[in-house]
Amino acid sequence: MGTSPIRRGWRWGLRGVALLLLAGIYLALERGGSAYLQRLAVLFLINLMLVVSLNLFTGFTGVFSLGHVGFMALGAYTSAILTLPIAMKKVNLPDLPAPLASTTLPFLPALILGGFTAAAVALLIGIPILRLSGHFVAVATLGFLIITRVVLINAEAFTRGTRTFTGVPPFTTLGWAALWALLNLYIAWRLKHSSLGLQVRAARDDPWGARGVGVSIARVRLIAFGISAFFTGIAGGLWAHFLTAFSPNAFYFSKTFEIIVMMIVGGMGSVTGSVLGTLLVMASTELLRNMEPGFAIGSFTFGPLYGLSQIGLAVLLILLITFRRQGLLGDQELRLEAIPERVERWLAQRKVVLESPRVRKADP
Amino acid sequence: MHAAGSLEFWIQQLINALGLGSQYALMAVGLAMVFAVMRLINFAHGTVMMASAYIGLLLLQAGMPFPLVALGAIAGAAALGVLMERIAYRPVRGASDVALLLNSFAVAVLLENLAIMLFSPRSRPFPMPALLTRVFHPGGNLFLPSIHLWAFGGALLALSGLALFVTRTRLGLAMRAAAENPVAAQLLGIEIGKVTVLAFAIGSAMAGLAVLFWTAHVGTINPGMGFEPVLKAFVACVIGGFGTIQGAVLGGYLLGALEIVLQGLLPSGIVGYRDAMVYGILILILLVRPGGILGYLEAERV
Repeated sequence: MGTSPIRRGWRWGLRGVALLLLAGIYLALERGGSAYLQRLAVLFLINLMLVVSLNLFTGFTGVFSLGHVGFMALGAYTSAILTLPIAMKKVNLPDLPAPLASTTLPFLPALILGGFTAAAVALLIGIPILRLSGHFVAVATLGFLIITRVVLINAEAFTRGTRTFTGVPPFTTLGWAALWALLNLYIAWRLKHSSLGLQVRAARDDPWGARGVGVSIARVRLIAFGISAFFTGIAGGLWAHFLTAFSPNAFYFSKTFEIIVMMIVGGMGSVTGSVLGTLLVMASTELLRNMEPGFAIGSFTFGPLYGLSQIGLAVLLILLITFRRQGLLGDQELRLEAIPERVERWLAQRKVVLESPRVRKADP
Repeated sequence: MHAAGSLEFWIQQLINALGLGSQYALMAVGLAMVFAVMRLINFAHGTVMMASAYIGLLLLQAGMPFPLVALGAIAGAAALGVLMERIAYRPVRGASDVALLLNSFAVAVLLENLAIMLFSPRSRPFPMPALLTRVFHPGGNLFLPSIHLWAFGGALLALSGLALFVTRTRLGLAMRAAAENPVAAQLLGIEIGKVTVLAFAIGSAMAGLAVLFWTAHVGTINPGMGFEPVLKAFVACVIGGFGTIQGAVLGGYLLGALEIVLQGLLPSGIVGYRDAMVYGILILILLVRPGGILGYLEAERV
C-alpha cells in the first residue's frame, strides 16, 4: 500500500512541528534558562550521545561492551591535550613531547581527532575481541576499561596521572552539544535502517542464518564498534570541554553503570528509547542526588546519604531485569508516522472518510 | 631488598606468591562454583567480601574474641551470599548470560553504596591480633609474614575440605552433576535450587575467609574494597579455566605468582603498569585459550 497524499502531508507537518518544538526548547534554554537548567541540558545531551553510541553497538549487535567509558576517556584526554593553551601546557604538562607541547588546535579539529583516536583504538582491540561471543566480550571490554584507567594514571606526561587535569578551555556550549547529539541520533537512526544495521541485527537474532546469507559477522560488528567508539570519543571531548577539569576517576565504573542503566531503561536497540531512558534516569538521579546531603529526624541524623542516587540506579536495574528486561521500548522506535496511522485507524473505525472519493476501478 | 635473581630473592618471591595466591584461590573458588551451577559471573562476590569485613569489624568493636570474630565474619558472608541468591538471582534464573551479569553489577553497586551510607566512604582501621601481623625472620634477609602462613594453611584446609565434600559426598556429587548438565541432573531428581544455594553459601564463606587475610594484609577496610579482589578472582578463574574449582585454585596461585614476579622484576618506571599487563594477559587468554589452562569451557566464536 502506497502512502496516501494525506498521510504524507501529515508526516511532513508533524516533522515540521517537532523541529519547531525542538528549536523552541533550544532557544528557551539558550536565552532564558537558568545556569542550572543549561548545565543539565548540556549534560543530558552528552549522556544521550554516550547512551545512543553504546546502543548503536550493544543494542544493534547484542554484544555487550563494558569498555565504552574507556573510549570516552580517550576522546576527553586527546581533545583536551590538543586544545590546552601552550602557556598552560608548560605549567600543567611540562613533560609533554615536543610536537604536542608547542601546538594548540581549535575546538572542532581537536574534538574530531579525539573521536578518531577512540575509533582507532576500538578497531585495534575490536579485531581480536569481537570474535568472542556472549559475556566473554563483556569481560574482555571490562579488561580494556581497567587497562585504560591504569594507563591514564601512569602516563603522567600526558594526563597528570591521578591529579586533576585542569585548564581545559570551556568550549562546549549548548549549541555544540545539541549539534553533535543530533548528528549522533541521525547517524544511529540511519544505521539501524541501513543494510549494515540489518546485517548486525540479523547476526544478533540468528547468527547461523545471517552467516548463511553471507553476512560477515565479525566485520559488520567491527564497523558498528568503530562508529560507536567515534561518537563516544566525541562525547568525551564535549564533556571535557564542558567541565574543564577532571581526573581518571570520572571514567570508570560508576559512569559505565550509569550509561548502561540508561540504555536498558530505554530499550536495547532503540534510538528513541535511548532518549527516553537518558531523560528518565537523569531526572530520577538528579532528584535523589538533591536528597544526598541528608536530613535529621529527632536526635537521629540521616546521612549525608551519599550513594543514594547510585542505589536508585541499582534498584532500578534489578527491577528492570527481573520484570521488564526489554526496557521501555525493546528495540522498537517511537515514530512520528505512528501518530497519523493511529488517528486514521481510529477514524476508520468511526467510519469517517477523510480521503477524497476516487474513481472506482472498473471490473475486468 | 634482594639482588634480583639470587636464590634468596626467589625464595622470598615464592613465599609472597604462595601467600597472595592462597587469597586469590579462596576468592576465585566462590566465583567458579556459582558460575558452574548457574552460568552467572557474580560481580557482587567482591561486595560480599566487603560486607564480611564490616561484620567482622562490628563484632570486634562489640568486644568479641578474635576467633569468634573470624567465625562471625565467615558465617555472615555465607548468609549474605544465600540472601543475595534468594532476592536478586533466583527470580532471573534462566535469563541470558548478560542479563545475569548486569544484575550482579547492580547488586554490587547497591551493596557498596549501602555500605557507604551506613559506614561512610572513609577507610577504617581493622586491628588484627599480633598472631596474624607478626613477621618472622627465618634467616638471611628473608621475611616470612605470619599472615602468609595463615593464608596458606587456611586455604589448604578449606580447599581440601571442599575437595572432599565435592568428591566424597552425595551432595557434592549432585553439585558436580548440576554443573555438568543441569537438565539431566534435574531429570535424575537433583534439586538445582538447593544446589545453587549451597554453592552460594560455600563460595561466600570461602570469600569471607579470604577477606580476613586480605584485611590483615591491608590493615584497613572501606566500602569499595571488594572491587579489586573480585576482578582478580575473575582473572584467576579465566587463567585456570572458568567454571571449575580446580581451575579457580590453579588460576589463583598462578595469578599470585605472576603479580609477585612482575612486581619484583619490572623496572620502577613501568611497575605502575603491572595491572594493565595482568588484564592484558586476561584478554590474551580469552583470545587464544578461552577455556583457560584446564580448558573445560569452550567459548563460542563468531
